[in-house]
Amino acid sequence: MKGVSKIMDTKQFSTQIRVETLKELQHRTFGHIGGSMSIVEVLSVLYNDIMNIDPKNPSYEDRDYLVLSKGHAGPALYATLALKGYFPIEMLKTLNDNGTNLPSHADRNKTPGIDMTTGSLGQGLSAAVGIATGLKIQNKPNKVFAIIGDGELNEGQCYEALIFASKHKLDNLVVFVDDNKLQLDGPTKEVSDIGNMDDRFRSFAFDTRRIDGHNEKVIKEYIIDALNVKDKPSVIILDTIKGKGVKEFENLTENHHMRFSESDNKILDKYIALLEGDLNE
Amino acid sequence: MSKYIAEETKTRELRKVYASTLIDMMDKDQKVVALEADLMSAIATKPVQEKYADRLINCGIQEANMMGVAAGLSVTGMIPFVHSFGIFVTRRAYDQLFLSLGYAQLNARIIGSDAGVTAQHNGGTHMPFEDLALLNAIPNSIVLEMSDDTMFEKLLRQTKDEYGLYYFRIVRKEMRKLYHDDQAFEVGKGIVLEDGNDVTIVASGIMVEEALKARELLKKDGIDAAVIDMFTIKPIDQELLIKYANKTKLVVTAENHNVNGGLGSMVTQCLSEKAPVKMRHIGVKESFGQVGTTAYLQEVYNLRAEDIVDAVKDGLQ
Repeated sequence: MKGVSKIMDTKQFSTQIRVETLKELQHRTFGHIGGSMSIVEVLSVLYNDIMNIDPKNPSYEDRDYLVLSKGHAGPALYATLALKGYFPIEMLKTLNDNGTNLPSHADRNKTPGIDMTTGSLGQGLSAAVGIATGLKIQNKPNKVFAIIGDGELNEGQCYEALIFASKHKLDNLVVFVDDNKLQLDGPTKEVSDIGNMDDRFRSFAFDTRRIDGHNEKVIKEYIIDALNVKDKPSVIILDTIKGKGVKEFENLTENHHMRFSESDNKILDKYIALLEGDLNE
Repeated sequence: MSKYIAEETKTRELRKVYASTLIDMMDKDQKVVALEADLMSAIATKPVQEKYADRLINCGIQEANMMGVAAGLSVTGMIPFVHSFGIFVTRRAYDQLFLSLGYAQLNARIIGSDAGVTAQHNGGTHMPFEDLALLNAIPNSIVLEMSDDTMFEKLLRQTKDEYGLYYFRIVRKEMRKLYHDDQAFEVGKGIVLEDGNDVTIVASGIMVEEALKARELLKKDGIDAAVIDMFTIKPIDQELLIKYANKTKLVVTAENHNVNGGLGSMVTQCLSEKAPVKMRHIGVKESFGQVGTTAYLQEVYNLRAEDIVDAVKDGLQ
């Protein structure tokens, strides 16, 4: 039953990440809450169950790499890294402070555990395929994971990277799309419809799967499957909810970046208490 | 002062120097990797791919992705050499160059070929007059313009194990040969080719040849010109510039680039603060590129020895 307890641990880890991300953003009084909440489960599975890492030695040579191409979801990744022990949990309160090591967008030169600087959308995926290529050239077994947003797929550079990944058969790369159906200005279907996302990836010869992006058990199974795919890269499209976990904020167009009002803060207080209650059960 | 080759001879093609130097560096260092964006034929790197198919990666026509791939390769400890025409590795993919490599503080060598008017018949779309300006604006970048094949080969080799973002601006084919095999080159140190007391001509790339010609023309009028090859645009050689600004009463810069943001701007920025002196600038002024031979375009954009002479005489009035 070890597997079951591990899954429970990972669910619990997701809750912890969600709590710490909410606290972090609430403390700063503003931030990219929507796209942080939607990737909590995939971060939880990657860092708890999948990735070979050493939080005490972030540049550990045999580590697996994560490129958070949607760099604005940094707060969720920071919470994950802190909980894994890359840096003290208290540091989360410095998010976006003057002189902080936790800037709004992920920065490899500031935050322990971050391997690539991202924030200008579309660029992270290219870096991820570069890392995967470098590892292949050096015959290293390390894996590379990249998380991109559905809105980010507006960027043409993504498709350059997909062509490259496919051409070079980067089977050490797993791409996740956080398909939360919203981008900054509204629904992706309305702002800039990219058509059938799944077919697009298939047309680039990616091993393509779509799953519930908030189900740790399924995410884990599919990552393991993806890592067994040979001679082509994989994508796991995560059906997600932007702002997941805070019902009042879920799927709001305005949740991409929020400045919390007094009533918003009461909502955050409520969910932090609820989630902490779950953890203490 | 440095002894240069006075008689007019031609260099090897710089693209052939690039290819052969890459192969030699790849022979000795498993971490050297080269990226192309469908211009291997233009830069003559096919022999590199024939020998090292896994380390000469032709990305296809995707310069933005190529910069990101270089960044990723650097994350894994590889040393990427990234080539395309100067316009494509700078303005075409500038945000990727700026952020994924520059801001992320990763390690890469960027080779921009067909400097300025040497893009010739590819014309205005392919003619980089602003690549140095773009690179100069990236914090901590090293910006070098090659004036000779020996310089190119030596600097490729000696900076291979340095860490940072390097830009090599090159002519793809032949140039006027300047340097003997034993010439030493150091980033941050300009080379005095000719000493002089009346004016200092600070040039880079193909304009070094014009500066030397201008010196001869000026000599006939009794004007004694110093000529400096300032291949190291950034960091610029402040000490040398200050010395010559104090020695001569005029400094003329000459570049195959827009006068905004390139060599002239860097020299002016240094001297206006440290040793104010009368200056004149030879370079492209408020113009886009166009098709033509190098000689014709040098005439069109006033990039000839005669133009330097005119600027010197104007400055000395």
